[in-house]
Amino acid sequence: MISIICYLIVSTIMLCAGIYGFFTRHNLLAMLISVELMLNATDINFAVFNRLLYPNGQEGYFFALFSIAISAAETAIAIAIMINIYRNIRSIQVDKINKMKW
Amino acid sequence: MEITIQTVVFLFLALFITLTSVLTVTTQRIVRSATYLLFTLFATAGIYFLLGYTFLGSVQMIVYAGGIMVLYVFSILLTSGRGDSVERIKNSRMFAVLAAVLGGAAILLFIYSKYQFLQVGDNKVTEVTIQSLGTNLMSSNKYGYLLPFEAISVFLLACIVGGIVIAQKEEDKK
Repeated sequence: MISIICYLIVSTIMLCAGIYGFFTRHNLLAMLISVELMLNATDINFAVFNRLLYPNGQEGYFFALFSIAISAAETAIAIAIMINIYRNIRSIQVDKINKMKW
Repeated sequence: MEITIQTVVFLFLALFITLTSVLTVTTQRIVRSATYLLFTLFATAGIYFLLGYTFLGSVQMIVYAGGIMVLYVFSILLTSGRGDSVERIKNSRMFAVLAAVLGGAAILLFIYSKYQFLQVGDNKVTEVTIQSLGTNLMSSNKYGYLLPFEAISVFLLACIVGGIVIAQKEEDKK
């Protein structure tokens, strides 16, 4: 039987890779990909806690399901915003988006 | 700990997830980044299958690997321009981020190693049946999830409307 720590180590690595990418990338799409990595790590945690700690309940299962739905909607909205930004300023690099700064 | 087929599959998936998720954020080309993300999502679905949550794994494959990745690839092809592939990061900034991330990971792993998880020792994989899934989603008793289900429905509708409104072309430019 695989210990729960092994699963948690995998999801920790995935979460930290996502945080690293979110801070270092300059492309908005690459930042969104990093956010997907973080959300995916939390989904793994939900499923693993449900399966290995409370196998009689189904809370983690349903929360992982809802989390997948929410991240799909969030991705669609974010990509719509990015395409709109690209249409206006012809770039989606974060250091070029400075019109609303003052 | 004896070596079972489950352990071997888990080790393979864990190594694969580690490799691809690190490559996702370190590669310079954004198309390669999306491809590595796709592999990471497939391996995550594999972990769900390993845990016995086959429906969750299928949803992960269909929604993430099928739906979201198509959106990503299309928007990458639509928005990629010249000079995007060369993104220089200042070394000092990168080391600061790396130190912060590794410190956070160390704290998390320390907490995991100190906390006593009460792991329930059942080896047999029991699958959540589709019938109990649908009954729980649609019931409003103690173990029902009707309210989040409806909230997600309204949320998805709002996202559809918002996506159309944001991405539509302006009719008349002054």
